[in-house]
Amino acid sequence: MLCDNCKERDAVINLTQVEHDTKITLHLCEQCAQQKGVETGAAVLKSPLGGFVAAMGKGANVLPTPADGLRCPSCGSTLRDFRESGRLGCAACYDAFGPHLRDLLRRLHGSSQHMGERYIAPDTTPDARRELLELKEQLRRAVENENFELAADLRDRIRVLE
Amino acid sequence: MIDLTLLPDGGMHWLDASGPKGYIVLSTRIRLARNIHGFAFSQRAGDEDRLAVLERVQQAAAGTPIAGGVTFRMDQLERLDRQVLHERHLVSKELAALDGESRPRVGAALVLQGPTGVMVNEEDHLRIQGMWSGCALEEAYAQLEAIDADLGQRLPFAFHPEFGYLTSCPTNAGTGLRASVLIHLPGLVLTKEIRKVLEGLTQVGLTFRGLYGEGSDVVGNFFQLSNQTTLGKSEDELLDHLGKIVRQVIEYEEQSRDVLLRTAAGTVEDKVWRAYGLLKYARSLSFEETMNLLSGVRLGAGLNLIPGLSVYTLNKLLIYTQPAHLAALEGRSLGDPELQLARANYVRRLLATEGG
Repeated sequence: MLCDNCKERDAVINLTQVEHDTKITLHLCEQCAQQKGVETGAAVLKSPLGGFVAAMGKGANVLPTPADGLRCPSCGSTLRDFRESGRLGCAACYDAFGPHLRDLLRRLHGSSQHMGERYIAPDTTPDARRELLELKEQLRRAVENENFELAADLRDRIRVLE
Repeated sequence: MIDLTLLPDGGMHWLDASGPKGYIVLSTRIRLARNIHGFAFSQRAGDEDRLAVLERVQQAAAGTPIAGGVTFRMDQLERLDRQVLHERHLVSKELAALDGESRPRVGAALVLQGPTGVMVNEEDHLRIQGMWSGCALEEAYAQLEAIDADLGQRLPFAFHPEFGYLTSCPTNAGTGLRASVLIHLPGLVLTKEIRKVLEGLTQVGLTFRGLYGEGSDVVGNFFQLSNQTTLGKSEDELLDHLGKIVRQVIEYEEQSRDVLLRTAAGTVEDKVWRAYGLLKYARSLSFEETMNLLSGVRLGAGLNLIPGLSVYTLNKLLIYTQPAHLAALEGRSLGDPELQLARANYVRRLLATEGG
């Protein structure tokens, strides 16, 4: 079905409006729906990561960057794979693509620093556990106080322990 | 065919509308995305790895509040059964592989226990999830947190000191928490205030979707409101913020309903009863029409205009009039004219016994 508004693109959204006791259902394409102020499911799906990945992808197609070939040593995924699919291959990808992901996470969430619950894996020894908990608490405070130098140092020590 | 009658409440305790503000808020849903350290994420993992993940999750579940839960293997179920689970909001479209001709991933499963459960080998290894009636964010999170803590003691979750819980898609990293409230807003739609409200939501970091979550259209004035970001804020902050905004939206909706009753009581009453009449007597109903009529009747039930009609009955209609549920009821797959007849038939019968 064609869009009732532009009569060009396929209609993907049914917008029901009630005016003066009559119900009007408009079949709209995504663009026209957005013009009418309806945030479409598809648009939500595409943003924020979809749009960002697409934008990154566009640049990458025209002008490949050396970073595209960056490969995760653990699962073998490349940064290009991620840019195309929007999904990472494994947990180690977060370190392999660290700087790129940090930027992306800041754009997506407004921050790249986890402020939620601190997790310690079950196979950690009791002593290391205690130390980790303490370091993580210090890290949380350092980030809160915007003491990023100390935070970076603490993060390194936590990583070694983990 | 799977026998879902074996499940208490068919996995949908929330249908009974017993929760706070149950006549406006259908359900509260929360999920936590977790991955097991040492395995590639589900999409990248091989069949053996995914089966190993499933086995480990099942073993770990034994010592948690979801012990004794039922496991549904998506890769061993017929499409119709998977669709039924999806229509009950128990599994995602991705886990059930309902797009096109795709097959479910080997090891894709749902472990279900009461209102909570775990989707295994979805986009992330674990999606610890649950659904509750009404607006119940705190209670919901408390239950999930307990399951998460127990599972996290038995399985090494992938966690990073800076990025938090690591997820396949960076949009979920950090807390891995997505909380959604499914809310019915006919008053705001009829008074044309909805646009302002929805625009406001996006400005305060929330997002809205249709009945089936990501990528689905809004039908019947049902909106799913949820947090957009998962990183940089604590779980409590994310939930408090969503809760505060949802309470505000409920207040706006209630105000809109008051305005409607004050200024156009006759018109509203007429709409409600017309919708009810159509549901009660129509011989053929499309899914979309049913949703819209249910929206009108639900508004009427909320305003106490239809004596004797419970929100529970309306919630049941919402679920059981979906295509796979009707096909399961008839015991065969149904094409379009038949499906619409079967739907009208079901609605008529239920309203005859439970209607006002």
